[in-house]
Amino acid sequence: MRGSIRVSAIHSAAAVAVGRRPGTIVEFLRRARRSPPFVIGAALFLGVLLMAALAPVIGVQDPIAINIRERLEPPTMRHLFGTDDFGRDVFSRVVWGSQLAVRLGTLSVLVAVSGGIVLGLVAGYYGGWVDQLISRIFDLIFAFPYLLFAIAIVAILGPSLDNLVVALGVFGWAGFGRVIRGSVLSARQREYVEAARAVGARASRIMARHVLPNVAAPVIILSATRFGGALLAGSGLSFIGLGVPIPQPEWGAIMATGRDYMGTAWWVTVFPGALIAVAVLGVNLLGDGLRDLLDPRLRDA
Amino acid sequence: MFRYVLRRLLLAVPVLLGVSICVFLMASLVPGDPATVLAGDTASAEQVERIRRDLGLDQPIPVQYLRFLERLAHGSLGESTRTHREVLLEIADRFPYTLALALGAVVVSTILGIAMGIFAAVRRGRAADYLTMGIAIVGLSVPTFWIALLGIIVFSLNLHWLPVTGARSPQSYILPIFALSLHSTAVKARITRSSMLDVLGQDYLRTARAKGLRERVVLLRHALKNALIPISTIIGLQFGSLLGGAFIIETIFGWPGIGRLAVQAIFNRDFPLIQGTALVGAVTYMLANLAVDIVYAWLDPRIRYS
Repeated sequence: MRGSIRVSAIHSAAAVAVGRRPGTIVEFLRRARRSPPFVIGAALFLGVLLMAALAPVIGVQDPIAINIRERLEPPTMRHLFGTDDFGRDVFSRVVWGSQLAVRLGTLSVLVAVSGGIVLGLVAGYYGGWVDQLISRIFDLIFAFPYLLFAIAIVAILGPSLDNLVVALGVFGWAGFGRVIRGSVLSARQREYVEAARAVGARASRIMARHVLPNVAAPVIILSATRFGGALLAGSGLSFIGLGVPIPQPEWGAIMATGRDYMGTAWWVTVFPGALIAVAVLGVNLLGDGLRDLLDPRLRDA
Repeated sequence: MFRYVLRRLLLAVPVLLGVSICVFLMASLVPGDPATVLAGDTASAEQVERIRRDLGLDQPIPVQYLRFLERLAHGSLGESTRTHREVLLEIADRFPYTLALALGAVVVSTILGIAMGIFAAVRRGRAADYLTMGIAIVGLSVPTFWIALLGIIVFSLNLHWLPVTGARSPQSYILPIFALSLHSTAVKARITRSSMLDVLGQDYLRTARAKGLRERVVLLRHALKNALIPISTIIGLQFGSLLGGAFIIETIFGWPGIGRLAVQAIFNRDFPLIQGTALVGAVTYMLANLAVDIVYAWLDPRIRYS
């Protein structure tokens, strides 16, 4: 019962996104299969998700335990990606790091989307001074360069995964909020929204039933981009010591431990960075593919 | 045109005030008491109290903010708690290095990005198009600090062509600027391509071709000129990510700019300096966008009236 509700929810969300009646998810997948960016992106992204899910099986060596006798060993069959300055297996650390990456990306996008939906809906639906106020907040967030904003928040709260999520998520409010506000403004003019208001539907019902489904496509596309952006910003900040603290196997933090040994032990910096590139490439391709599929007007944009 | 510039400047004032409030509040949002931090571990309660009074921290927050603004109007952001030098002077020493990196990256990414975009648009749907756009999306996805480290490993540590750190010679600008411009180049290539494809479908280009103009003239004189309009706004927006990206790139290359200054200030919990770099970063970004918008209005007279 619960499963069928969920399936039907996915069903109708996809149907709305594709702009066709329910029951055409098969049709969506058939079109998606022919989009190379979507297929390659989905494969890479699923690979990262699988790695995160199977970390206990793949990364069998302890990602944190110190083993000084095997420090800075080059890649071998025993240590596929070599070892770092504390003798930790870089491969295991990279595998476990995928869990942190997925958590960082998912949570920061969730924070961004939920805040953006609330602020964007309220601003777009009520208009007037409420809209003015919220739009000025967006302006203010955008007045700071992206990473500078995140760095400022981390400087206040201190470096940790949760604070990174807050910093990257709050910045995302402005991006999602503006997109949603714009969609609401145009949806508000439509006859069916006016009709719903005329028959006495409450504001919350109108938003949930008639306005929100219209913003599904741009929100899904932006989510993919922001996921990749969060991975890049998060690992970059961890690399300079303003993100996830070092003993944790965050990809940027692993690279930071290899910085002093770049000349002799390149594997500590090169492999985690390559994983970041693959994961971000996956979501970026997925985003491109979804944009082509969900919003034909934006094709080639 | 003059009125447009004036209006844009006036519109920037409330945002600037908002930025100054945010930057001011940063210091008060920090967990812990700044007076205690400043006084150090060995200070007595009276010493802490004196520092609190000297800094005006015993006053209500709005009063503190007004005093902050007043000092700002006199060109002072306070002293760095570490070097005891005026924060603005500290920043002024480092700012040219960051600006050089950012402007270098703007130039490199604009030239490379537009070239790649035109190349792909002209060969739309062919192998060269897919290859160029494939390179662009990979460039968009690769972490800049990873490329920077690869560059150091290959060109500095192994080939010994370029210096590892510092800003002492012209060669030392090559790797930082290249790494910093990576994402901007990719974004500009993608936007140029789509913007060119939009323009290439227009009637006036068919007319230009029908007149018998050479393809080169059609592309560069007629198509590119109009395609450049959306690209110019991106140059301003990208300037923000270049400034932000400079924080990471400067740390890698030991670059004497405000990015590394800010990161060090954060580790030292040197709040006047952190506030100063955040303020200067936001203001620089705003001025860059203002400049681009004015150029944009000059390129496209239609938008002045909207």
